[in-house]
Amino acid sequence: MSLAIKDDEIDIVIGAIRSDLTSFMNEWRPMFSRFHIIIVKDPDLKEELKIPEGFNLDVYEKPDIDRVVGSSTSGLFSGYACRYFGYLVSRKKYIISVDDDCLPAQDPKGFLVDAVAQHITNLTTPATPFFFNTLYDPFTEGADFVRGYPFSLRSGVKCAFSSGLWLNLVDHDAPSQALKARQRNSRYVDAVMTVPAGSLVPISGINIAFDREVVGPALVPALKLAGEGKFRWETMEDIWSGLCVKVACDHLGLGVKTGLPYVRRIDRGDPIVSLKKEWEGVKLTEEVVPFFQSVRLSREATTVADCVVEVANAAKERLGSTDPVFARAAKAMLDWVNLWKLVGSISSQSPAV
Amino acid sequence: MATVSPTPLLKDELDIVIPTIRNLDFLEMWRPFFQPYHLIIVQDGDPSKAIKVPEGFDYELYNRNDINRILGPKASCISFKDSACRCFGYMISKKKYIYTIDDDCFVAKDPSGKDINALEQHIKNLLCPSTPFFFNTLYDPYRDGADFVRGYPFSLREGVPTAVSHGLWLNIPDYDAPTQLVKPLERNKRYVDAIMTIPKGTLFPMCGMNLAFNRELIGPAMYFGLMGDGQPIGRYDDMWAGWCTKVICDHLGLGVKTGLPYIWHSKASNPFVNLKKEYKGIYWQEELIPFFQSVTLTKDCTTVQKCYIEISKQVKAKLGKVDDYFNKLADAMVTWIEAWDELNPSAAKSAELPNGATK
Repeated sequence: MSLAIKDDEIDIVIGAIRSDLTSFMNEWRPMFSRFHIIIVKDPDLKEELKIPEGFNLDVYEKPDIDRVVGSSTSGLFSGYACRYFGYLVSRKKYIISVDDDCLPAQDPKGFLVDAVAQHITNLTTPATPFFFNTLYDPFTEGADFVRGYPFSLRSGVKCAFSSGLWLNLVDHDAPSQALKARQRNSRYVDAVMTVPAGSLVPISGINIAFDREVVGPALVPALKLAGEGKFRWETMEDIWSGLCVKVACDHLGLGVKTGLPYVRRIDRGDPIVSLKKEWEGVKLTEEVVPFFQSVRLSREATTVADCVVEVANAAKERLGSTDPVFARAAKAMLDWVNLWKLVGSISSQSPAV
Repeated sequence: MATVSPTPLLKDELDIVIPTIRNLDFLEMWRPFFQPYHLIIVQDGDPSKAIKVPEGFDYELYNRNDINRILGPKASCISFKDSACRCFGYMISKKKYIYTIDDDCFVAKDPSGKDINALEQHIKNLLCPSTPFFFNTLYDPYRDGADFVRGYPFSLREGVPTAVSHGLWLNIPDYDAPTQLVKPLERNKRYVDAIMTIPKGTLFPMCGMNLAFNRELIGPAMYFGLMGDGQPIGRYDDMWAGWCTKVICDHLGLGVKTGLPYIWHSKASNPFVNLKKEYKGIYWQEELIPFFQSVTLTKDCTTVQKCYIEISKQVKAKLGKVDDYFNKLADAMVTWIEAWDELNPSAAKSAELPNGATK
């Protein structure tokens, strides 16, 4: 049922928040080595990157970012948001992106999970956002639509985004992480499912894949916490970005899947230290979610970029006065859409910048 | 948040409703899990046939004669020669919770080989909140070893009361007739270790084979429609109840969960017989889904009964023209509520929820 896609339609984009990528790249070698890889170094990172041999890759660092987008907008790409630069300059149709502190996970049978292959399967089989299938992904081997599922909805819609999960260190906010410091996610849920239309979801940026041609402009490096840091629980950029993606996909009739594949997150960081910084993110969520739940896009928004512009304007209008971080996010979204027009939407035949 | 206290048995608060026309031998396998509970057996088909219930179970049994006697003319709303008659059991029960199971469903094993106590899992599901307003990517956040993920607003973490727990099936999957014909050998072997809340505004196909609900919260919505003898349709009883239930739950701020527990579904029904029953449903479904997706319930629909009557009016107004069957069904829906309120007089008032308005 899935479309046949070629290896050269895929880019793997890694944001390097840490300098030594040796064990990361070596552990992912069986899954990554066939593909072109874009590594973007966090502009704030001072050390030289250490990357092992044998990969087909392009590395971008601060000077490259400045050159391509200009130093006034290069601030969009600091910290975890550096990966978005990779999305911008990629010339491939599909992008897979994992955090640099994630390694391949093992499934319950002990086999290493090929996260790349699973994401590609998710993106190349239809999504079913308009009616919930109780056996989850109907296009997976051994499953199907259940009795009572309308036939007219069984061809599904294009899946634009695939959100994977994580074993070991859970993607908690800082307060939960601090309270449950020893809790680890060991439950392997063997399912992929479409997040229903109209239902919003906190999409973690740790392990994602998407159709760049369709939904690239909606992955916005926009919401930067004042105290944003170098641990996932000190960020909100992916949550904001994921809500933009979901709102745009719902409006345009595209699908978002969640579930497999799993990656394994390495333990690191002290959540109690981060608590001081991340309270900001937790507080902001209380504004962010109701905002996205109430955003209504117009009929004139017929592309993902149109949707992003409307969300940005709505954010500026409704949230701008609540906290300056939202006004900055709205501006960043508009800057991003412009960048995408200038740099990002060059056809895949063009050479990389 | 994770408590490791044992799940309460709720043996005086829960009835197990089983429709049957044959025998109840399957109860032997369930004995370790079901014996503490009261059973309500709804005997379909020929009332002169004696149904043997295995020793040691506490039960009440109703055949068609009993249903006619108890409901009088209102018995017309209860299906005959179809497992939809089980909803009589919901109506006659005096308990807070109902678990219903088909007589070809057996105890399944989890991946470690352990027998699954389906009833215990349903009770867990019903006793802990649902989260319909924002999807949690780690599924049920109240489960041992799980939690809300980063980005999930704290203000939504209390959840809402759970009205329905929809379980799944290993082995014979619940497919419609066309799919059964195309894939006669497919078996559901995938154990998906998750429970999740179906988001507000999303409909789903509710299967009645392995289903539990809070009768006090949602009972009157669990009418399984007019099916079987004399009716143009079958195998859409649980579907109909599920769509009405979900619309009402969404309106009243109640949760519907799906996922664990699994039971082992042993018997594949004849796909050609099924096709005859489902045939009209497959076409009508295409009208029914947009209908349910656009049902509006006003602020004065503050009880399940009021919501249900309102839906019946909209069924008549909008679906009557699809087929006259829906006019009869709309009338039967009203009869059902009248019968429910007659048999459950004190519950009629107490089911009022403070805020019936949609968020």
